[in-house]
Amino acid sequence: MKTVIEIRSLEKSYGSGAAQVRALEGVNLDVQAGEVLALMGPSGSGKTTLLSIMGCILQASGGSVKVNGREVVGLRESELPRIRLTHFGFIFQSFNLFPALTVRENVAIALELRGTPRRKARRTADRLLADVGLADKVTRQPADLSGGQKQRVAIARALAGDPQIILADEPTAALDSASGKTVMEILSSLAHDRGRAVVIVTHDPRVLGYADRVVRIADGRISAEAEEQAA
Amino acid sequence: MTVLAVKNLLHDKVRLVVTLTGIIFALVLIAVQLGLFLGFLETSSNIVERSGVDLWVTAPGLPHVNGGSAQPERRRYKVLEVPGVAKAEPYVLGFGNWKLPSGAKESVQVVGYDLESGMGGPAELVAGSGDALREDDSVIIDEHYRKKLGVTALGQTAEINDMRARVVGYTRGMLSFTTAPYVFTSFKHSQRYMKLDRDQTIFVVVKLAAGAETRAVKRALKAALPDSEVFTNQEMAWKTKSYWVFSTGAGITTLMGAALGLLVGIVVVAQTIYAATMDHLREFGTLKAIGATNRYLYRVIVEQAVLSATLGYSVAVVVAMLVVNAARNGDALILLPPRVAAGLFGLAVLMCISASAISIRKATRIDPAIVFRA
Repeated sequence: MKTVIEIRSLEKSYGSGAAQVRALEGVNLDVQAGEVLALMGPSGSGKTTLLSIMGCILQASGGSVKVNGREVVGLRESELPRIRLTHFGFIFQSFNLFPALTVRENVAIALELRGTPRRKARRTADRLLADVGLADKVTRQPADLSGGQKQRVAIARALAGDPQIILADEPTAALDSASGKTVMEILSSLAHDRGRAVVIVTHDPRVLGYADRVVRIADGRISAEAEEQAA
Repeated sequence: MTVLAVKNLLHDKVRLVVTLTGIIFALVLIAVQLGLFLGFLETSSNIVERSGVDLWVTAPGLPHVNGGSAQPERRRYKVLEVPGVAKAEPYVLGFGNWKLPSGAKESVQVVGYDLESGMGGPAELVAGSGDALREDDSVIIDEHYRKKLGVTALGQTAEINDMRARVVGYTRGMLSFTTAPYVFTSFKHSQRYMKLDRDQTIFVVVKLAAGAETRAVKRALKAALPDSEVFTNQEMAWKTKSYWVFSTGAGITTLMGAALGLLVGIVVVAQTIYAATMDHLREFGTLKAIGATNRYLYRVIVEQAVLSATLGYSVAVVVAMLVVNAARNGDALILLPPRVAAGLFGLAVLMCISASAISIRKATRIDPAIVFRA
């Protein structure tokens, strides 16, 4: 399997001097295409920080992060949006849909950011929404949807640029079990059937059943014995 | 235009109404103040600009065209001797009191001109005729001031400085900057109304011969008449504008009003756009997280500002035109020529974009990691 993210000796600290907080210390991790990787750990352990650095949303303080072979640590702030746009799709715990836009427009906007003409973006958005079972909701507003449906819209949006890596932050936390199961089945299928790398930060034990690997983080470190093959 | 810019703006209708109200209020205020200023510029010197005069010869120390003092009428003969002068006629412009039929008095400006040459006479007559001014006690007023002067029909009589005056015609567009309307009459009648001696005039107005060079004739007149001052028509117009509009503070006040409107507009729009940006901060964070550049965020905010400006301007220009029309019956002329109305749109856009500067700064500095906070 191809390594899509390669992390070596990653450091991240906030503040300076006596007030400095080390959020991540000496993290080494590889993410493979076609796998579902679950990052687990208590609150404040550094898992969301690690996800943010993987997704080029946050800059590392030291070490190396390669995305599809390209070093991203030390890149200028202005170069990061292009990396995010090209390689990543994001799914958030609170869905982060745009309430003023329709379901279709919420997905199409991610394509328009990539320069896709509006009409084509809308057609592609409809197809992606059909893929997640929301073909009949394209003209609705996010406020009209259930939590599970909102998260499926977010998945469709994350897939808009056909990225190789999907980063999901607590994607099932706000969902009931049926909706959570649907979302996890879609994410699992993205990895196993379509070769995407799916990294999920979660507290939700329901996710474990879908993960190929579970990486446990505590106090900003990955403990070797916590890295395990999921059952 | 991005869908997000349009839909975010229209999504919160209450905020949109507040934003538009701020823009409309500011633009109407600016339009009215600028219109007043332009009206001041127009009315303060229209008597000069519409006179058809090339050069004005006056007694020394003239502050503006409405403030002339008497000089000997025979000076015009000396003026006529100067090469390049085709015509030189006496001309009177001075304040007087108009007695209404009710007995109340209104201040007027008596304009006495030579009926043969017509220099300095009314530019546009809408009723009656200039020849009627040859009759005794005859005067012409502007139709705009009929009500103010208590004139209901031609032939009606009144008094100017306790002397009989009979209205024989109406002009149009001869509005006065001061509250005193112009009353046109023959030079001879004006001498009587203004209690001038038979050999006195206020101005000698000059028409140049064809091909004569204004500056050269002016220099020659100054040399020939060392006790007089000579102004070109343009100089007299500017001297008058400058006095009424700037020296009296009237123009500065209106310009300050316009500036205040702009400031109020920027503050109101900045506040509402900033509040809207703060409300949508998480969305801007999401946009950044999913790959939007700062440039895209500028675009969304600036497009919202331009759209707000366009919507606000569309209403404001209609309101401003209504105010301009309503002011037609009043004493203060408010002008809103198409060029100024179009310029107002540019100002509206500039105002809204300036107002969004703080919001742009806020949105582009947002940490995209905000998206991971539940």
